[in-house]
Amino acid sequence: MFNNTQELFDMLPVVIVAAGILISVFVEIYSERRMKILPWLSIIIFLAAGFHAIYYTGNKSVILQNMLATGGVTNIFWFIFNIGAAIVCLLSINYIKKYGTYFGEYYIIIQTSVLGMMLIAGAKDLIVIFLGLEIMSISFYVLAGFNRKRASSNEASLKYFLLGAFATGFLVYGMALIYGSSATTSIDTISANFIPLSGNLLFITGVMLFIIGFSFKIAAFPFHMWVPDVYQGSPTTITGLFSTVGKAAGFSALIVTFAALFGGSSSHLFTPYLAAIAVFSMLYGSIVAIMQDNIKRMLAYSSIAHAGYMIIGLAAGNSSGVAGIIFYLTAYVFMNLAAFGIVSIIEGKDESNLSLSSYAGLSNRSPLLAGLLAVTMFALAGIPPLAGFFGKYYVFIAAIKANLTWLAIVGIVASTISVYFYIRIVVLMYFKPSESEFIPSYSATEIIAVLISVLVVILLGLAPGSFIDLITSFL
Amino acid sequence: MENNLLLTYLLFIPLTGAVVLLFFKSENEKAIKYFGLAVSVIAFLLALYIYFNFDSNSGEFQFVHKFKWIANLSIFYHVGIDGIALLLLLLTTFITPLTLISSWSGITKKVKEFTFFMLFLEVGMIGVFISLDLFLFYVFWEVMLIPMYFIIGVWGGKERIYAAVKFFIYTMAGSLIMLVAIVWLSVHATNYLGYFTTDLVELYSVAPLFGLDVQTYLFLAFALSFAIKVPLFPLHTWLPDAHVQAPTAGSVILAGVLLKMGTYGFLRFNLPLFPAASIHFASFISILAVIGIIYGALVAMVQTDMKKLVAYSSVAHLGFVVLGIFAMTQESVQGAVIQMINHGLSTGALFLLVGMIYERTHTREISYYGGIAKIVPVYSFFLMIVSLSSIGLPGLNGFVGEFLILLGSFKSTVLNNWWFTIIAATGVIFAAVYLLWMYKRVVFGEVTNSKLNEITDLTKREIFILVPVIIFIVWIGVYPSTFLNVSEKSTTKILQQVSQPPKAELK
Repeated sequence: MFNNTQELFDMLPVVIVAAGILISVFVEIYSERRMKILPWLSIIIFLAAGFHAIYYTGNKSVILQNMLATGGVTNIFWFIFNIGAAIVCLLSINYIKKYGTYFGEYYIIIQTSVLGMMLIAGAKDLIVIFLGLEIMSISFYVLAGFNRKRASSNEASLKYFLLGAFATGFLVYGMALIYGSSATTSIDTISANFIPLSGNLLFITGVMLFIIGFSFKIAAFPFHMWVPDVYQGSPTTITGLFSTVGKAAGFSALIVTFAALFGGSSSHLFTPYLAAIAVFSMLYGSIVAIMQDNIKRMLAYSSIAHAGYMIIGLAAGNSSGVAGIIFYLTAYVFMNLAAFGIVSIIEGKDESNLSLSSYAGLSNRSPLLAGLLAVTMFALAGIPPLAGFFGKYYVFIAAIKANLTWLAIVGIVASTISVYFYIRIVVLMYFKPSESEFIPSYSATEIIAVLISVLVVILLGLAPGSFIDLITSFL
Repeated sequence: MENNLLLTYLLFIPLTGAVVLLFFKSENEKAIKYFGLAVSVIAFLLALYIYFNFDSNSGEFQFVHKFKWIANLSIFYHVGIDGIALLLLLLTTFITPLTLISSWSGITKKVKEFTFFMLFLEVGMIGVFISLDLFLFYVFWEVMLIPMYFIIGVWGGKERIYAAVKFFIYTMAGSLIMLVAIVWLSVHATNYLGYFTTDLVELYSVAPLFGLDVQTYLFLAFALSFAIKVPLFPLHTWLPDAHVQAPTAGSVILAGVLLKMGTYGFLRFNLPLFPAASIHFASFISILAVIGIIYGALVAMVQTDMKKLVAYSSVAHLGFVVLGIFAMTQESVQGAVIQMINHGLSTGALFLLVGMIYERTHTREISYYGGIAKIVPVYSFFLMIVSLSSIGLPGLNGFVGEFLILLGSFKSTVLNNWWFTIIAATGVIFAAVYLLWMYKRVVFGEVTNSKLNEITDLTKREIFILVPVIIFIVWIGVYPSTFLNVSEKSTTKILQQVSQPPKAELK
């Protein structure tokens, strides 16, 4: 099966997570102390896989008969997925007791979803993308409905499943058309023949359907309908997982395929379509977010808007666009993990304390949480020198370099609108009196997870240099 | 060139101070107050040291410190000052400690957070004036927003939330457009330079080579952002709200320093980067400036709230500054620079004085007062000097700036129209009307309100705040050369950049 041990070593992060799943299943079955062991076991697995990936980014190779790429950008994505998932596990230890999903499977399914993501990011073949996507999505459907006694959770799961299956249909149909026109599923072979293929209507339709399928996963307009309900109904920590690493996985597939396709000269074939998705996602997300009263819904619409900003980088179709997306995604993963982390801390039993009004006067009740959430909101709004700003700056540079200045200007308009609802949270926390006496309590694990995320957001903002160097060295 | 770390130290003093402050106990208010003051005084002393080591015979940037910040995007940490920036730097570091002392009595809740935001604000303000990289400038420009937003929103008056949000969104909208312009400018400059950079000094040499159409777009994008900050008519509507709702310290910093960033931006970026567009739009911007002078004065006249009156007078005064900048003569630009300092001192002091009386009576309605000359003579004396300085009485600072601006705009070949000067000059008369009328209604006459008999005169602390301001008001009025000499070579250089833009071949 393996050509040599080097191949095994290169794909070790995937192996670690896969083996981790098996070990975790046995722990779940046989150990009495499963709920003590599983979260920490998962975190160790994720950290091991993540740090292995980031340490060996230089080992670029294609393995398993041209099915999986390792090293380079793939390893950066693997790192992001694993660290993000580790933070989610850290946040979950306390949360799932409160939420009523205190089961060991919870952690195991997070691990399977990460395995799926890792396959997507490394895919060299359309079949691997599909395989990874299904592993990830099915895990997500289960996680969304984890509290089976709660109607909102069931609704979220069902909605996610039905619409997800629908989108997967598009994706598979697109892949079939691509295969039909090119007679291969290998991404490298397709990209080598991209120029002759780009005249083929069947092929173009296939790629379009492919983009549509993934628009669903990255929560972009017009396939965003599921986002608010699913984000609201799912356990908050799981929403954190969808909206961060789940979205990153969707983008990684687009980057993997597009970077290969756009290696050729016809890189601007899909620009109008991508630009349209970007414009509508940014404006729709930003405008509708203003009207939300539930913080999870607000963050859901903000997630749609952010998908729009990132697509700008894809529409630009140059290497700084791709680097911009990867940087933006990383920043976004940590910003949103911090945001959802704090929301999960403040959330009470039975989905209480999720309305915006429960954040009024938080600075008096819990100065630390209010301060962290304020930094997060400023980062999401794109205020320098925090990470969110550099993400935007980077994709805007890419857009202007690609003569898409108008797209950058639309992005600016959307950012200005979005400032309003992000700083509204700050207004509530700092300028308004409290409406309830509720003082949020948090455990050490939760606050550490949030602190790490916020710290990354600040560091990526102040000193983005070395991370940008790392990304661009592989593009 | 050898790096000089002084400006970086200047930036780090309030920054370190703000971080250290976080470790103080909130109850320990006295220690927090003195610590904040000490930090800001040290920053002022360092600024003075920089002033004494500044070579005013050169218009070049001095105390330059440059290193690569984000190598891959060619973003440099590049700071340095010329004479104009130096004067504004001195103003900033001079006003900050005074406002901190002034808020010892005005700010009673969350003293620690307040002092933290004030020091944080000082970092942003210093950063804006010393940045020589467009990206770095933008970062400081935005960073400054956050503390000001909190200062208005947490410690402000009744309508503070509305004012804070309006201030934030207005400025943010303008600055984001500037961000696109910065990126666009740098991307476009790669055609000439061969590489991407946001370094101002390098862009100085290529941006003027762009065609007029390109310059126009960029000029307007930058100008919009600065015009909002100044604020130039008709983009001024955030100002009265922000000023009236902000606590005294916030108003003083807002009027004293933040508004200057707009006019400084015009001088530092618009004129030298887009000379052709600047000349093209000089008349247009000057018309807005002159409208602002008259409009601000007329609206100030009918205000019943003292703070609002001073706020609208800012619109008028800044109109003079903008007129001076776009008249583009040596006299007018020098006048604009000195008028920026004057406005910072005079209007800052007016806000301080309004704040002081407000703390005693809790109202700013002019009709509430009358005849307080007998009750608080010392206060009345200071209010008189500051009002006269704001009006532009010869011998005090306001006169020097306005006179130079009017003289320069009269001679201006760029504007080439006397009406600018003539209409602006009537603005000086209006200023006398609204300020003297307010002074008369508040200070002179019979004591109509018996409650006024109970108010006390200025304390030693308050006099201690005002005296240094008065010293500078008189100093600039009597011997302005001290200050004009500092900026002379720098303004000459900027005007040269406009009149003789660099010419080069395409690379």
